[in-house]
Amino acid sequence: MNGLHGLLGRLTVLYRTTAVRLSAVYLLLFATCAAFLVFYVSTMSEGLLRQQMRDAVAQETEQIESIFNKSGMNGLLRTLERRARQPGANLYIIASPTGEVLAGNVASLQPGVLDTEGWTETPFRYQRYQEEARGGNRPMAYAQVIVLSNGLRVLVGRDLGEPENFRKLVRQALMVALGVMGIGALAIWYLIGRNALKRMDRMSGASQRIMAGDLSQRLPTSGSGDEFDRLSESLNTMLGRIEKLDEGLKQVSDNIAHDLKTPLTRLRNKAEAALAGDEKAEYRIALEEMIGESDQLIRTFNALLMISRVEAGQAPAEMSMIDISGIARDGAELYEPVAEDSGLRLVTEIAETIEIKGNRELVGQALGNLIDNAIKYAEGGEGEPEIRVALARREGDVVLSVADNGPGVPDDKRDDVVKRFVRLDASRSKPGTGLGLSLVGAVMEMHQGRLELAATHPERENNRGLTVRMVFPVRSD
Amino acid sequence: MKILIVEDDLEAAAYLSKAFREAGIVLDHASDGESGLFLATENSYDVLVIDRMLPRRDGLSLISELRQRNIHTPVLILSALGQVDDRVTGLRAGGDDYLPKPYAFSELLARVEVLGRRKGTPEQDMVYRVGDLELDRLSHTVKRAGREILLQPREFRLLEYLMKNAGQVVTRTMLLENVWDYHFDPQTNVIDVHVSRLRSKIEKDFDQPLLRTVRGAGYMMKDEAAG
Repeated sequence: MNGLHGLLGRLTVLYRTTAVRLSAVYLLLFATCAAFLVFYVSTMSEGLLRQQMRDAVAQETEQIESIFNKSGMNGLLRTLERRARQPGANLYIIASPTGEVLAGNVASLQPGVLDTEGWTETPFRYQRYQEEARGGNRPMAYAQVIVLSNGLRVLVGRDLGEPENFRKLVRQALMVALGVMGIGALAIWYLIGRNALKRMDRMSGASQRIMAGDLSQRLPTSGSGDEFDRLSESLNTMLGRIEKLDEGLKQVSDNIAHDLKTPLTRLRNKAEAALAGDEKAEYRIALEEMIGESDQLIRTFNALLMISRVEAGQAPAEMSMIDISGIARDGAELYEPVAEDSGLRLVTEIAETIEIKGNRELVGQALGNLIDNAIKYAEGGEGEPEIRVALARREGDVVLSVADNGPGVPDDKRDDVVKRFVRLDASRSKPGTGLGLSLVGAVMEMHQGRLELAATHPERENNRGLTVRMVFPVRSD
Repeated sequence: MKILIVEDDLEAAAYLSKAFREAGIVLDHASDGESGLFLATENSYDVLVIDRMLPRRDGLSLISELRQRNIHTPVLILSALGQVDDRVTGLRAGGDDYLPKPYAFSELLARVEVLGRRKGTPEQDMVYRVGDLELDRLSHTVKRAGREILLQPREFRLLEYLMKNAGQVVTRTMLLENVWDYHFDPQTNVIDVHVSRLRSKIEKDFDQPLLRTVRGAGYMMKDEAAG
């Protein structure tokens, strides 16, 4: 009972698969067409056979009539006797005008057949002598009855066995064909459906593990490159992207936990300390400091949001042809007075009228971050007090770079400083969110470009400086 | 000046009402888009401050509807969305200024005052005057007490913007937006350094200061002698 239930359940599930449903529909359609075709062919050919039979009978009655007219009763009897003996002979009866059978090869026949002249309306039953002796069946026949000039009636008939057999044969063939088709379809159903189901089961198993939180799981592929594989592959690519985003998110939340809690704690401490005192002036100072802290928090927040939005590939911020030479000049000009106040010279080396596809606001902000960093880290250093902003074409790319002569970044730390919140120990004392370079990196990613960090003076021991290059690929589109 | 604030956060609205009244600005408040639209159509305001995300009708659709009804009151959009694209869509919908949340009230006040006085400042004025300082927009010359002061092109634009909004506080971000056309937060004191350079050029050798630093807010051009 359980086994039957299991099989039934399995078949129900099978029936629900698309492949099986489709093949069921096809099977039904095909079977209907085949049945119609067979019915049509058998009806048509049966009609044709019947027509041929009628023609043959009609021809024979004509002959009989002409033989009777030429050779009289004797000739007729001789001819009929000869014909009746042939194998597969027609039915012949000679009867009196009252319907008594005088001669012929028919032992008995349905009553009333001899009464009307012409074609019998419907097939009738009859029995030959041999069959009557054997007690065999009573086949059907069609016949024509004529009345001779002496009043005798002659019946010429033909057995219906031939078209009847033909019809039976065709029907049998149809049944067999349908049977084979049905069994074949069921087998194919089961095989295709089971195969599809197995793969589906594996896929849903994998997706359930993914849903349970294991994003490293991938859907199985068979390597055959069929639809299932293609589906699995694109889903796997999607999963890879989701996994990367998820990791980014985890990293961000870790960073937020760490780097936002610190200023929040400071904020809270300040409020507490101010509450403990009762000087009005003290309150004022504490509140101003707290506003300063919140502003810094908001900055960090904005930068984080922007980085994650850009990294998520979201916000394809408005891109248009922008005059990057102008952006470089404006950026240098904007920061030049600050640099000068910090005792640094800001020099430019900007190629004329270079245009790229990009977002002016974001590129401007990225450049601002780089110059700001350069000023912060080169200030008071021992290298030449100079910051160089350069824009040039390089092998089909457009490179916007900011170079300083500060302490630089050790070779093994270069990848780290681009990461969020990473600040080298030497810079911890300076104000900043630790997000400046990550933001530049994100902006470059959005422009399908890259960020390169190098020493300005790689040959030196100390004060090698840092050169940051924003490399924009120039595409022909 | 009379303004309308459409903001669904009632606590924020209450704070804004109090702060604006203290600054001498009369204010109506609507807490959803539909009643905001009704008030803005029925009454006349100098500035509309509209939150971007509102119940019943969002801020951008409210602005487009107002513009379609031929109401051209200056609009300042407040939004928790502060990204580059959001600003662009906000201004495209018909907003005149865009301030991402969270903002400093001094920043909002300065922007509302500039928007509200916009009508009164004829853009076609060819010469701006503050005290004895004169800026000729056509010939690009600056004179103080008849003596010509040489300025860099950017310094000229900075002074032009400050003088155009004379008597009003302009914030650092407003300067960055209007003089450099950037909307990011410059983080360091870049703007201050530019302003102090400009100040030294126009105030050196003169007793009367014209360019004041407004603590916690920004700068203001004002002829102190004239009160």
